[in-house]
Amino acid sequence: MLKLLGQRLVLGILTLILVSALIFAVTEWLPGDIATNILGQQATPENVAAIRAELGLDRPPYERYVEWLRGAVDGDFGTSLANKRPVADVIGPRLWNTLFLAAYAALIAVPLSVFLGILAAIYRNSIYDRLVNISTLAAISMPEFFIGYILILFLAVQFRWFPAIATFKPEQTFTQHLYATFLPMLTLVLVVIAHMMRMTRTSVLTVMASPYIEMALLKGLSKARIVVRHALPNAMAPIINVIALNLAYLIVGVVVVEAVFTYNGLGRLMVDAVSKRDVPVVQACGLIFAVVFIGLNLIADVLSILSNPRLRHPR
Amino acid sequence: MAQVRPKAEGQILDVRNLRIEAVTETGQRVTLIDDISFTLNAGEVLGLIGESGAGKSTIGLSTLAYARTGCQITGGQIMLHGSDLRGLSVRGRQSLRGVKVAYIAQSAAAAFNPAHTIFDQVAEVALKHGLMNRAQVRMDAIRLFRELDLPNPDVFGKRYPHQVSGGQLQRAMAAMAMIAKPDLLVFDEPTTALDVTTQVEVLASFKKLIREHRTAALYITHDLAVVAQIADRIMVLRGGKMVEQGTATQILQQPGMDYTRMLVAERVAAEQSRFVEDHAAGDRPVLEVKNVVAAYRGTVNVIDDVSIDVRRGDTLAIVGESGSGKSTLARVIVGLLPRRQGDVLFDAASLKPRLQDRSKEQLRRIQMIYQMPDVALNPRQTLLDIIGRPVQFYFGKRRAEVRVRVEELLQQIDLPPDYIKRRPHELSGGQKQRVCIARALAAEPDIIICDEITSALDPLVADEILRLLRRIQDDTGVAFLFITHDLGTVRRIANKVAVMLKGKMVANGPTEQVFSPPFHPYTELLLSSVPEMRPDWLDEVLSRRRKAG
Repeated sequence: MLKLLGQRLVLGILTLILVSALIFAVTEWLPGDIATNILGQQATPENVAAIRAELGLDRPPYERYVEWLRGAVDGDFGTSLANKRPVADVIGPRLWNTLFLAAYAALIAVPLSVFLGILAAIYRNSIYDRLVNISTLAAISMPEFFIGYILILFLAVQFRWFPAIATFKPEQTFTQHLYATFLPMLTLVLVVIAHMMRMTRTSVLTVMASPYIEMALLKGLSKARIVVRHALPNAMAPIINVIALNLAYLIVGVVVVEAVFTYNGLGRLMVDAVSKRDVPVVQACGLIFAVVFIGLNLIADVLSILSNPRLRHPR
Repeated sequence: MAQVRPKAEGQILDVRNLRIEAVTETGQRVTLIDDISFTLNAGEVLGLIGESGAGKSTIGLSTLAYARTGCQITGGQIMLHGSDLRGLSVRGRQSLRGVKVAYIAQSAAAAFNPAHTIFDQVAEVALKHGLMNRAQVRMDAIRLFRELDLPNPDVFGKRYPHQVSGGQLQRAMAAMAMIAKPDLLVFDEPTTALDVTTQVEVLASFKKLIREHRTAALYITHDLAVVAQIADRIMVLRGGKMVEQGTATQILQQPGMDYTRMLVAERVAAEQSRFVEDHAAGDRPVLEVKNVVAAYRGTVNVIDDVSIDVRRGDTLAIVGESGSGKSTLARVIVGLLPRRQGDVLFDAASLKPRLQDRSKEQLRRIQMIYQMPDVALNPRQTLLDIIGRPVQFYFGKRRAEVRVRVEELLQQIDLPPDYIKRRPHELSGGQKQRVCIARALAAEPDIIICDEITSALDPLVADEILRLLRRIQDDTGVAFLFITHDLGTVRRIANKVAVMLKGKMVANGPTEQVFSPPFHPYTELLLSSVPEMRPDWLDEVLSRRRKAG
């Protein structure tokens, strides 16, 4: 089993290196010259050459890639072109905001969807099952900005329960943070819950068709015990994978929701940086997203392997 | 069983006019169990005998107040200790199952949850129903493990299901059933999935358990010889109806009904039919396997130094237990698994190890039939497509010609010509296997490899298939390589036999010679493990083995 885990780890690191090279290459090929862009009106050939030398752009790309990667490993992503501050300082608070919102949404969505999925499996084909299925499907079928605006319309404008703009200051209390970000959180929960809930339901139901479940029934066990103790442990692997995908989405894919609620997350920072040709920031954001995505999937793989008793307890 | 037991303390189970119905996908009601009545006293074993679909399991499960999805108990009474199980609430059913009536399934490998240890699953019934505390359960479980002759009973329960052998797991399931000291045990084909040599030991453990605990039991099986060892009385079922019921000796020795007589006769034929004589016509081998070694990637050799030869008109049976390499040998011959060493000669010419490297003509001349016709036939194709495909592929015939040829083949396998438009789901299990045979014949092969082709069929149907194969062989001279674990089948069809053990060939030659003394010790073990219909067979075998040490 250790060998299997080691393989996954090595594969994960290789993927990460590959992706980092890709990110570097893509930003390299981005149309428009950075130096020209920075100088704007004053872009005389001499000035452009001077800036290029200052930024190191005259050196071959692979040299700059290795240097960038080495810096990134140490947490040094270079300097932002837009405001001359270290990229790490620019990204730091934004990353914290993104992680905060993702964790907030995940802590509610993951337990809730697994719980709802298990209930749907227990009461399969009942009114409850259909209701949960239809409502979560409806939520996932609507574009996220649409859900966001609907929530704003009712919960912020009509009833005035929650703020429509999710900005908060560091000096505010934790509860105030939670309150301010309630609507974006709710939007994200509605977006991710269906996928995880339905996978939990399907996965549990697949296992429920196994002979050992019939055996458990014939041992006189209650339905709840059968589902939780006999079905769930064997249904974990696919559920874990879907949870990992959704967690990754909560960190990587929420730029639209950030825009709707004018929330200062990493997604908006990256979009802004692209439009300003602030290459170091774009590269750093891309790398962070890649780390999150690969890392979560790696963890999911490891947990799936660990959830298999045949691998945990070899002959 | 003929032996006398102390008279029972009274009636445990009384089933009266039981009726169970199912609702099909199209909404029709089908009667699965029709007017079945029987009683069971303490310490008594009733054998339920019949083919698949006879309703044996359905009756067994009904004594746990359980009907599978889509089925419903619609009539009669199931009285356990004088009260009807049909009136029980959900709670009532939960405190019945596993406590008063316990179930032992066909496949322990499937019935144990892979995620928990054996002890946790054995103890669950007693703990969840609050019958004992953990320490008591532990002691009882260890005692049961010991009674069932499981290795290291003190620590056996700490293992996970995949860490023990099939026979051990089957016995562990008996321990799981016995932990709450039920009044009634339902054995549902509990040894069918086991190898014969393992079956003897497991059967002996079950018999000892029932005798010592004086538990009443329903023993469901399709094997008359197995039921003869363990049942006091036997009920014969067919299509959900009772054919007859009586003491074991009576049913097995003087069956009253034609159907029972047929079942008994088939079994007697398997035990006593004379060996097939060496009737092969050819002198030169069609197929020769020489010192072949093969393995799957990253494993030790699955078959090791195996040699066989098959002449025209031969039927060579390859026998052995699961995992002995029988099917792997077939895969090597057809080229699905390339051999590592040795040679496979076809018509005196060496065959390439890989299927992809062989010529179309070579492929045509070796055909294969599989164990599960359901899986081997494409459910969306008609018989014309299925059987016509090799005709068209190997001989390049036109549509009209293909049709004529398929009709001819259907006739050869005793199916009416209008079946040509049917699809597999419109056929019975035996008919599907016939179609597989026709598809193999369509290529006009020199040799057909039959991989356990009768194992999934009921005995009477299997018998018909064997007759068909012999007739085809007489007509066409085709050779068969017949892979099986059933020695009764070998007797009836094979003129030559090769015995495999752990990938090696331990005996090889004319059937009569291999199956007569002096035996190879393993051949003797195999032969002596095949249950016979004499009720004292099991005890004899066990005492003989004990003496032999």
